[in-house]
Amino acid sequence: MSDVTSSAFQAQASARPGRRDIGIAKRYAAERRFRAYGVAAILTGVFFLAVLLWTVVSNGYTAFLQTTITLPITFSEKVIDPKNERADNPQKLMAANYPLLVRDALIQELGIDANDRAKVKLATDMISASARTQLRDIVVANPQVIGQTLPVAILAEGNIDSANKGQIDLKADEANRKVKNQQLAWMDQLREKGALTKQFNTGLFTFGASSRPEAAGIGVAALGSFYMMLIVLVLALPIGVAASIYLEEFAPKNRFTDLIEVNINNLAAVPSIVYGLLGLAIFINFAGLPRSASLVGGLVLTLMTLPTIIIATRAALKAVPPSIRAAALGLGASKMQTIFHHVLPLAMPGILTGTIIGLAHALGETAPLLLIGMVAFVVDYPGSPLEPSTALPVQIYMWANEAERAFVERTSGAIMVLLVFLIVMNLGAILLRRRFERRW
Amino acid sequence: MNMMTEAAVEKALDQKMNAVPYKMIGKDVSVFYGEKRALFDVNLNIRENTVTALIGPSGCGKSTFLRTLNRMNDTIDHCRVTGKITLDTDDIYDPQIDVVELRARVGMVFQKPNPFPKTIWENVAYGPKIHGLARSRADLDTIVEQSLQKAGLFNEVKDRLHEAGTGLSGGQQQRLCIARAIAVSPEVILMDEPCSALDPIATAKVEELIHELRANFTIVIVTHSMQQAARVSQRTAMFHLGHLVEENDTDKMFTNPDDQRTQDYIMGRFG
Repeated sequence: MSDVTSSAFQAQASARPGRRDIGIAKRYAAERRFRAYGVAAILTGVFFLAVLLWTVVSNGYTAFLQTTITLPITFSEKVIDPKNERADNPQKLMAANYPLLVRDALIQELGIDANDRAKVKLATDMISASARTQLRDIVVANPQVIGQTLPVAILAEGNIDSANKGQIDLKADEANRKVKNQQLAWMDQLREKGALTKQFNTGLFTFGASSRPEAAGIGVAALGSFYMMLIVLVLALPIGVAASIYLEEFAPKNRFTDLIEVNINNLAAVPSIVYGLLGLAIFINFAGLPRSASLVGGLVLTLMTLPTIIIATRAALKAVPPSIRAAALGLGASKMQTIFHHVLPLAMPGILTGTIIGLAHALGETAPLLLIGMVAFVVDYPGSPLEPSTALPVQIYMWANEAERAFVERTSGAIMVLLVFLIVMNLGAILLRRRFERRW
Repeated sequence: MNMMTEAAVEKALDQKMNAVPYKMIGKDVSVFYGEKRALFDVNLNIRENTVTALIGPSGCGKSTFLRTLNRMNDTIDHCRVTGKITLDTDDIYDPQIDVVELRARVGMVFQKPNPFPKTIWENVAYGPKIHGLARSRADLDTIVEQSLQKAGLFNEVKDRLHEAGTGLSGGQQQRLCIARAIAVSPEVILMDEPCSALDPIATAKVEELIHELRANFTIVIVTHSMQQAARVSQRTAMFHLGHLVEENDTDKMFTNPDDQRTQDYIMGRFG
């Protein structure tokens, strides 16, 4: 009896709804697995980003310091202008033997016999060749200094700089080493006197190209990049937005506009080097614009950025709710008024984000610039976008090809500067987005 | 439908409506979406200062007909309208008629409240501004206030005219949209299921408003709710499968319709 009732009870219990196996545990397990994949993907990304940043920063932070040797330089009239011709011939001051002033000050500081040729050579090798222009600029700017003795902080030669930063393996055999034992001893001597110091490397930001790392900087490249960004912004934003508005709002939907749409999407994926070839053929060979000019670079980058901006703008326009358009049209606003008063302001955050991302992309672009001659050794600042210039990423590319230890750190230093620019631009995009974003 | 009855009804109606003049006349109106025909030779006249309700099951063409009245169908690709619709004496599909001007005369309120993401003041002032109806900011202020008054919203929002219109409740947003439409001083207001997204209290307020607006405007309203049609309208038109089944005085329509299909629909047998 009891068996029968209990089995009946069990049957009843198992038939109760909620006891059915509808795979709840499996579904949760699938969700947990999916989350784990996601976390793993993010961790992988974060790991590689950390490695990248660590490599760049650990290699590059020293580039922001530069070893200088402060020497009491006597601007001797006998050396600079022995015949006292500078009043008639200002050119005289440009061509004077300034390295001799540095040599005299240095051997005096180190107590070297001026007749010991080998030692004098070894000592002057510690000084950057840029000392010539440095002293020349001081004298030309103010000829009154002639005859006076002034302390001048002179750049140390690249290898001395590296040795001072502990980047040269001193255990290596002296013959295989760029910095000799005698020079190391002198460095200690100068350091004790407080003449040899590490200072913030303003030259990294102001100098142009140089074959000597201590005198090389990203100034020219940064200005070139700035010109190009300006050109891209001024050309790509209005052209891109106008094209998108026409295609999205006015153009009839037919085969021809479909073809244009497909082509724009394809252009966004065209390798950037092809744009470089296009620029070379059209802007330089056909239109006759100067080589290496940031104008040509800006035009090429404009072509490259346009599809990105058009795609982003069209997406932003499409995302504006149709009810807003209907409301404006229903009130009797013309199509133009509807777009400019209602649709465009709502699409603005998307358009700006697309534009800034396009600009950031253009700022980091190297390949097309190589083809239009922007991989050039440019020492002087370009006065206009028509003058020869380089760009930040191209400067990084050129430095990465150099062998000296001091160029290695400068390469990483320049990458850090470029990354800071990109971060600032992307932050700007986020801020603009926040600023313009509205609910509807 | 029997021709005799139709004529008789027409006659009775004319007596009852006391020969209210027609504001808009639709003659043989057909609408095609590409190959698909959505309306079949609809002949429907809209009487002045009257609320005309368009009823019928989903997809019957009532909204399509409504949208032909201010040419909102123009914005849809491949949409073609044939027949003739006049507003007073103007053929609104005449190429000489500017659609912007037409829509300033025939305003529209949509199913979902769609205020602009701007302030309440800007929402109402936008229409008068683009049509140049105000000479000064003070004029504009007056128009905004009067429109909000007429829409029965002014007292609720007078302290926050310069706050976002999207911050209002659904019912208030819909009344804001009505205020926005009447700020342009249209002659006709089209309403496409204006209460379908609102709760019963907000619906009651909007219906009350429609009653009051009738004094100054000609109103055409599409509605799914039979009760609403009965409550707010004087004339009702019943659509089915793209055809106008019956157009009649609302009282008559809901008590003793001429057409069996109207009877069935009102009784809830289909739709």
